[in-house]
Amino acid sequence: MIEDGLRSELAKQGVHVTSMQELYNWGRSNSVWPLAFGLACCAIEMMAASMSRFDIARFGSEVFRPSPRQADLMIVAGTVTKKMAPMVVRLYNQMPEPKYVIAMGACAISGGPFKQGYNVLKGVDRYIPVDVVIPGCPPRPEALLHALITLQEKIAKQPLTGPDRPRHLNADVAGEYPVPEYGKHDLEPPNNPEIWQPPAIKR
Amino acid sequence: MDTNQNSYLVLAVLAALAVGFALAPLAAARAWAHFFSPQKPGKEKNAIYECGLEAKGDAWIHFRAEYYIYGIIFLVFDVETIFLLPFAVSFGGLSVGAFLAMVVFILLLVEGLVWAWRKGILTWK
Repeated sequence: MIEDGLRSELAKQGVHVTSMQELYNWGRSNSVWPLAFGLACCAIEMMAASMSRFDIARFGSEVFRPSPRQADLMIVAGTVTKKMAPMVVRLYNQMPEPKYVIAMGACAISGGPFKQGYNVLKGVDRYIPVDVVIPGCPPRPEALLHALITLQEKIAKQPLTGPDRPRHLNADVAGEYPVPEYGKHDLEPPNNPEIWQPPAIKR
Repeated sequence: MDTNQNSYLVLAVLAALAVGFALAPLAAARAWAHFFSPQKPGKEKNAIYECGLEAKGDAWIHFRAEYYIYGIIFLVFDVETIFLLPFAVSFGGLSVGAFLAMVVFILLLVEGLVWAWRKGILTWK
């Protein structure tokens, strides 16, 4: 490993050094292809972010893929109803590794204004791992761009080896998350206990 | 003789280079995927349908292919219209051979119409 001071000194002289990890992460963090997938009004903001005024193409993510097989990023844009939740998890399962999730808007984070409703999932993180959350109802396209930049920074920092390596480089970790089924009163199971536990009440 | 062989040798070398040029990136991508990213196939991931829903039922179902009749009837009248107008315009100057050919052609189309009529397709049900 090269020290940061030496690297910046070399860069001043016009000599740029890099590592395989940085090169790899630089490449994949700047070509995050989202899944063309919108659930509610946040998807309108997502569409606006992909149009010329906000232009998500500046960050390499303009290629909205119509098939989960070609997508890297799932932007959960909108209210996840309990009827829709199995489809969301199934689409996430069908995406190839490495895959990332942005929960966009209050509904995707927690159920938002429909949190007390009987038919809305109270946060998509109950079933799939969320990398970046964007608050807002709906968030502005700039907020989505900010989330994308945050995700890119997160990807750029991921080590490719060692115990902290991402899931897609760890053969032991399963690639699929269990898809909930429609039960009598609620989705079964109501959450994926491996990634989400109800907050403990301390009295 | 020698020069001919040499020229074909160049062609073969170029063909091999072209195939290699096309296959090398594919092989590199395959090797990268093999060594650096563990494949994680699964039941959901290998599912055929890509819209989030589960495929249900059988794909081997019976499709009714009755539309071909309307296709044929349309063709009869369509082709007749297209060819009858130039036939009528140049009727006076036609030779006997051309006239006979045209009559045979129209009779062929009329035969199709008769077939459809006898089959009862023209009756509105």
